Amino acid sequence: MSDNTQKSCFHCGLPVPQGSHYHVDIKGEDRDMCCHGCQAVAQAIVDGGMESFYDHREGPSRRPEDLIPEQLEKFDLYDQEKLQQNFVDVDESNVKTASLILEGITCAACVWLNERHIKALPGVLEFQVNYSTHRARVRWDDSQLQLSDILKAISAIGYIAHPFDTSRQEEVYKKERKLALRRLAVAGLGAMQVMMLAAALYAMDYDVGVDEGMRDFFRWISMFLATPVIFYSAKTFFVTAWRDIKSRQLGMDVPVALAIGGAYSASVYTTIFGGPDVYFDSVCMFAFFLLSSRFLEMGARHRAGQAAEELIRLLPAVATRIRDGNEDIVAIDELSPGDVLLVKPGETVPIDGHVIEGVSSVDESLLTGESMPCVKNTGDELTGGSVNIESPLTMEVDRVGEDTVVSGIVRLLDRAQMEKPSIARLADRVAAWFVFAILLIAAAVAYWWWQHDPAHAFAITLSVLVVTCPCALSLATPVAITAATGSLTKTGLVTTRGHALETLAKATHFVFDKTGTLTQGRLHLADVKTFNGMSKEQALQLAALLESRSEHPVAMVLNKAADQQAAMTIDSLISTPGKGVEAVIEGEVYRIGNLPFVSELAGNLEGFEIHKTVTSVAMCRGNQWLAVFELEDEIREQAAAVINELKHSGIKVALLSGDAKEAVSNTAVQLGIDEYLHAQTPEQKLEYIRQLQADGGVVAMVGDGVNDAPVLSGADVSFAMGSGTQLAHASADMVLLSEQLDHLVTGVTMARKTLAIIKQNLGWAIGYNLLALPLAASGMIAPWMAALGMSSSSLVVVVNALRLRKK
Amino acid sequence: MSTLYLLIPLAAILVIIAIGLFLWSIKSGQFEDMEGPGFRILMDDDEDMIPDDAKVKKKDSDKKKADDD
Repeated sequence: MSDNTQKSCFHCGLPVPQGSHYHVDIKGEDRDMCCHGCQAVAQAIVDGGMESFYDHREGPSRRPEDLIPEQLEKFDLYDQEKLQQNFVDVDESNVKTASLILEGITCAACVWLNERHIKALPGVLEFQVNYSTHRARVRWDDSQLQLSDILKAISAIGYIAHPFDTSRQEEVYKKERKLALRRLAVAGLGAMQVMMLAAALYAMDYDVGVDEGMRDFFRWISMFLATPVIFYSAKTFFVTAWRDIKSRQLGMDVPVALAIGGAYSASVYTTIFGGPDVYFDSVCMFAFFLLSSRFLEMGARHRAGQAAEELIRLLPAVATRIRDGNEDIVAIDELSPGDVLLVKPGETVPIDGHVIEGVSSVDESLLTGESMPCVKNTGDELTGGSVNIESPLTMEVDRVGEDTVVSGIVRLLDRAQMEKPSIARLADRVAAWFVFAILLIAAAVAYWWWQHDPAHAFAITLSVLVVTCPCALSLATPVAITAATGSLTKTGLVTTRGHALETLAKATHFVFDKTGTLTQGRLHLADVKTFNGMSKEQALQLAALLESRSEHPVAMVLNKAADQQAAMTIDSLISTPGKGVEAVIEGEVYRIGNLPFVSELAGNLEGFEIHKTVTSVAMCRGNQWLAVFELEDEIREQAAAVINELKHSGIKVALLSGDAKEAVSNTAVQLGIDEYLHAQTPEQKLEYIRQLQADGGVVAMVGDGVNDAPVLSGADVSFAMGSGTQLAHASADMVLLSEQLDHLVTGVTMARKTLAIIKQNLGWAIGYNLLALPLAASGMIAPWMAALGMSSSSLVVVVNALRLRKK
Repeated sequence: MSTLYLLIPLAAILVIIAIGLFLWSIKSGQFEDMEGPGFRILMDDDEDMIPDDAKVKKKDSDKKKADDD
């Protein structure tokens, strides 16, 4: 490493600002920290004797938010009995249990750190973190410590925890999962045992010396083992099949139920009354494989649902209500339209409403994608989930519960997920018809042979069923996709849904979100223009001093850009929300803020052109202009190249953004995107995509925010940025962990290659089936030959797919 | 051969016991987190048990690696 590279924070990996003095001694080495928050967290970890966390973690930790005392106080609210009713179980006198959502868990070491830290607290009886779901369960003795102490302890090591109500979703999911696992266990163990017996039964067909008694005994035992598999594990297929038939649809489960039911009844008949063959093994195996794939599917669905629940967590659990001049803290559930609430700076707006007193900037980026905070005056709408930045606001509640914007997004997301992948559904339907066709053919073959040679009818029908077993056919796609996903994951593009690659190969449109996707999603200083003999450094130092007390994102950028603050003392300072800051320093009046605010004092600035695409911050001393700072959201490096390549490979590119017109059109022009829309709501974005789909397009969407979640779900195939919100991750088919946009192109190339392999595989599998079917139907293939043929056909498919892994 | 009449039902009983154990483990929540426990075993707190001279060696090798980069 060379000396001129900027040092990065040992805890969170972000660059350490120059002149920073934060550091922590970890395992005898002095490590640099970027901020007070990281330093405090690292120190807490070291003091707790848990340094080995840093050896085991897989990547940098999340930068802890500086929790101000007021936010820590908020944790105390969770100690109120009234609020605890929703999410705390009290068993004996003092022992309480709660479930927590943990934010900031990135690897298994985080789990270890949390568990060790919290279990060490006196009074905590049990603390367990579920790594898959990022949920924790805590049991504590209420006489020794409070829930707030636990939450504070978690925030001390850099994570955030909120209690949540498990009854809404968590318990339903748990039950569903346990039932599915029980079915899987019965089917799996039953199938193994029955297959073992089946091997013996096959052998007996060729060994004349075995007496019939032994054969029948094996059959009875098989039946005994297969029966719970059919009536317990496979029950779900019969139930859905019956529902489908009642509603006059032909779902995948109808032929499945028919096959399982038919083969089982025939085998039971043979067992009791005698006959050539039983199929208990095939039935159990079939049920087991189907249940396994459904189980994996269910897991994916649950993950999406859990993310949607976390979205509701955007809203705080309590609000400050003003009634008859008194402030008191109430649970959100108790609010009704017309209530008056107080939202302090740094707090999240708890519910939808409008401002009745006060002026402040509000950050709505999480909901709208708008990168800059907007100013809210009396009468302006406030959306639950946005963050108040500067000064206190008094608001009146307009909408509660299901009517709020956040609830609306959750509903939209649910709907989009249900309407989801048309191509995936098509595959289901094709598979259903394929199975149905096999059954029909098998039935026809059985009927024909029954008429002509009843003694061989069962064996031949069995051969037909085995030979056409769509094993190679069903392997053709998943194996290729697994191989391709594996090599894509290594480059940092993670596929979360099976159909993603197939669909991506066919994509005709790529739709991008702007903020956080094509751009970095955070402001940076693009240019400093100085006047009246100021140097750039001086201007920045002065700006950093003036903005030192502000939480506004612009202030943060200026503070970071300056190497140090100007060495002057502020006599007095007034901050005007939405405008800027006025300060008196050493007897002179300074202003920093937007152009009109500064012009009021310094007069118009002549001969200066204002770029509408950037955020301009001006600074003056008395009537003297000092500087104009231009801030913009930086476009990602590879963005232009990626869009160019996508266009070259015949894909149409569009830009949809919630941002204002100038910012969007400027970005689009810079990147060469011809089609762009600004100020889009999630509904409009979804509508746009639906329109493309209606015209026959296959749409790939790339986004990052909560507002993008419904659109990501609604698109045929979608990408979320690695730094994006969890909800975006859950709604997307692929996650771009590397944050390198050019991997999108790699993805498209790989997807197309995969599709080619899938086509070869399908061609082979279908060709094999077409060849083998007549042979089997004419009785030329014995069951064991059919089994061998089927296996080698599957092998060819697998080996072909593995070619995708190379490189 | 007739011993099969004893052994096969015995196998069936073993399967029933296995299913029973499986159902118990599902009920007791052992399948709720399929990823975490696999990592948990790697996080043992053996730091204090490593002899001091061994620790020094490890650090040296780290440093060497850093120099190579």
